[in-house]
Amino acid sequence: MAQTSHGVGGLTYDAKKRAWPAEFNVFLALVILVVIFELIGRIFLGDSFLFNTRSDVSGIFNEARLQIIILQVSIVGIIAIGVTQVIICGGIDLSSGSIVGATAMIAMSFAQVATVNGNPNPKAMFLAQGWTDLPVIVPLLVAIGCGLLAGLVNGSLIAYTRIPPFIATLGMMVTARGIAKWWSKGQPISFPTDSFAAIGKGLMPVIIFLSLAVLFQLIMTYTRYGKHCYAIGSNEDAARMSGIKIANHKILVYVIAGILASLAAVVLSSKNLTAQAGMGVMYELDAIAMAVIGGVSLSGGRGSIIGTVIGSLIFGVIISGFTFLRLDAYYQEMVKGVIIVGAVVLDQWRQRLRALRA
Amino acid sequence: MSDIVLKTENLTKRYGGVHALEGANFELRKGEHVAIMGDNGAGKSTFVRQITAVEQRTSGQIWFDGKEVNFAGPIEARTAGIETVFQNLALADDLDVPSNLFLGREKLLFNLGPFSILDRKYMRKATEAALVRTAVKIPNLSNTIRHMSGGQRQCVAIARTATFASKLIIMDEPTAALGVQETAQVENIIRTLKDNGEPLILISHNMRQVFDLCDRIVVFRRGRIVANLRKENTDGQDIVSYITGAKTGEAELAA
Repeated sequence: MAQTSHGVGGLTYDAKKRAWPAEFNVFLALVILVVIFELIGRIFLGDSFLFNTRSDVSGIFNEARLQIIILQVSIVGIIAIGVTQVIICGGIDLSSGSIVGATAMIAMSFAQVATVNGNPNPKAMFLAQGWTDLPVIVPLLVAIGCGLLAGLVNGSLIAYTRIPPFIATLGMMVTARGIAKWWSKGQPISFPTDSFAAIGKGLMPVIIFLSLAVLFQLIMTYTRYGKHCYAIGSNEDAARMSGIKIANHKILVYVIAGILASLAAVVLSSKNLTAQAGMGVMYELDAIAMAVIGGVSLSGGRGSIIGTVIGSLIFGVIISGFTFLRLDAYYQEMVKGVIIVGAVVLDQWRQRLRALRA
Repeated sequence: MSDIVLKTENLTKRYGGVHALEGANFELRKGEHVAIMGDNGAGKSTFVRQITAVEQRTSGQIWFDGKEVNFAGPIEARTAGIETVFQNLALADDLDVPSNLFLGREKLLFNLGPFSILDRKYMRKATEAALVRTAVKIPNLSNTIRHMSGGQRQCVAIARTATFASKLIIMDEPTAALGVQETAQVENIIRTLKDNGEPLILISHNMRQVFDLCDRIVVFRRGRIVANLRKENTDGQDIVSYITGAKTGEAELAA
């Protein structure tokens, strides 16, 4: 501790005052939720939610259920990663669900086979042009191009016309859905190539989701991009005064969100082996809800990808839990709504408590 | 000329017909702490905004660090070495202390464009050094600004100016919103800066503070500099007369 002419300088650490990571609370909520389902299961159904109770399957845990929990949220989870960095940067993206729809249609039309059971593919859009049986990289690049373009439009509108992100992405939401319907005049697009179908096969969505989550958690923590996201979200004027190029950064943030939505579209259409104009409806709201449950603040500046991943797992546990308890899907949605609001209320309380203690 | 850090000649700013600043001639020497006083609307903040290029002046010349300068914007002025502590703190509430100190000029480990990897260890070390140098006490560097008191925030803002070898520090009413203890904390930092020989322009309404911390007092009234006095040759009464206009005419330094 250095002594200067006017008092002691430097730092005094107080381990007790160290910030308690917000993700821990979300994780605790996840554990509590699992325990509740486990207890209800044991008491009322005589079955375990989490553990393996069958003698013909090996392993301690009920692996099938664990896989389903995460598999069913993987695709929306990919979108939620993009949405999380948008919200941290002080914005919002309502267009991701529609981008999924539009991208799925467009990308799938470049991933079709020429012949089905020896007959020409009846659903092939570009059969006449001969754009069938293309290598998987073509639909993949087309998809990324779609997401990039949508994100570029979103970001440029927000950065240069200064309209609220809510309005800009609402416009994109409606427009992209229109494009999805117009692309094949409402017809579903089916029969993809084997290599395209492999992208969403089995546990691939989970692997893609978790790899992207790890990548973006690292980006948000260790790179200048991440730091500037938090800075802009927490005080845009301060960020501008500090010389951060706000417009460029915002455009990049929305472009990344668009690309992640388009990757989700590839995984979804590949998994379903078909693309339909109605794909991804309400996904944007589920993605926002995952982020919010995971502790991402809608006013910007706070949250993390890890939080969102845990938020998505809470979603998955609720869906699987209700199926496990053999309750109707109606109840799922009701409870989901309560949990979204509850998570924000709890977070507000926590913030106020900390402000009082400081 | 060599020991003059900042010099303005006939610095003038008009907003349409309003003469916010008229022919300001100002000099600041190395290691000198100068206070700018004056009533609200006297032109103090306007003067600072021209120097830091937050606004573009109507006419006049500015020399900084031995060269005539024409900054296009505040970023350019900061790059040249003019650090400003703004009235409304330019801090990001949700970032910790090192991130705020290095905001917009992060130290990089690998340059990968926007995805450049940050050198967090270096920034933390440099932050600790800056806090020691300015005698700022912050309980925990990893805490976000949101969870700090007004005084601590102000201290972080000031420590930021001291982190980067700045050649001139400008503070616009740094203690206006602070309590007694926090004010004392900030004043101690300013004394430390004085000991380190860092030149400073302090805008303040607090007479005691000005006499405590500064060598020279410049009074603005109705857009003009009406007095430029050494602390030893004046007193509070005298300054107030200039501020209110009871005394007029440009009072020069007794040579």
